[in-house]
Amino acid sequence: MKHLYTKTSKGEQLNKLNPKKETLQFLLNYSKALRITKYKQLSFETILN
Amino acid sequence: MDYIKATDAALVQEYIQGNENALSTLINRHQQRIYSFIYSKVFDKDVSEDVFQDTFIKVINTLKRGKYNEEGKFLPWVMRIAHNLVIDHFRRNKRMPMFENNGDFNIFSVLSDGDLNIEKQIIKDQIESDVQELIKELPEDQLEVLTMRIYKDMSFKEISESTGVSINTALGRMRYALINLRKLIEKHNLILTN
Repeated sequence: MKHLYTKTSKGEQLNKLNPKKETLQFLLNYSKALRITKYKQLSFETILN
Repeated sequence: MDYIKATDAALVQEYIQGNENALSTLINRHQQRIYSFIYSKVFDKDVSEDVFQDTFIKVINTLKRGKYNEEGKFLPWVMRIAHNLVIDHFRRNKRMPMFENNGDFNIFSVLSDGDLNIEKQIIKDQIESDVQELIKELPEDQLEVLTMRIYKDMSFKEISESTGVSINTALGRMRYALINLRKLIEKHNLILTN
């Protein structure tokens, strides 16, 4: 009897996973908002939100 | 600059110089591999999102602080951060395991706070006051032994010493006290269960 191999394997499913758009957007916004100021040997984080 | 064709190293350099679009390209280029890697370890989409986000927050912080050493290994470096964060996640969960309620199993059906609810507390109080009234009807010697044993939590040895009777007598009085209490309960038609 013929088998149907239509179901995708777990490995294939894993490769199609992507993070949510919100997460990506958050990261881009975080990057834009973050400013690191250096003064001598110190560095200060400022988040401009 | 053609972001699509640029190498990771070039994009990282652009980003360090302040070009935010370079980061966007880097994330888009590698998001699937990194996210899939995390998911393959934790098997939970929400946790994967969190770990993915934390990974890139670390990446952004390190790049902006200028602490990244360019060795042409951007992706392996990010994967290493993700891997470490996955380990952190499992360590945290080992200390405080997370239970998820699904349709078949609810953790609150197994766990309870152990306290009686108001209704049961009232019933318990009533039963206790009923019993206290009932034992007053017992003969004096039985009442004495029963009070010492149950309310004062004394041993039969201590009871026999303090009442001046033998242990066996004290045991016998206790036995009769309980038998008589059962009779009294029957006589008064009481139901003393919670």
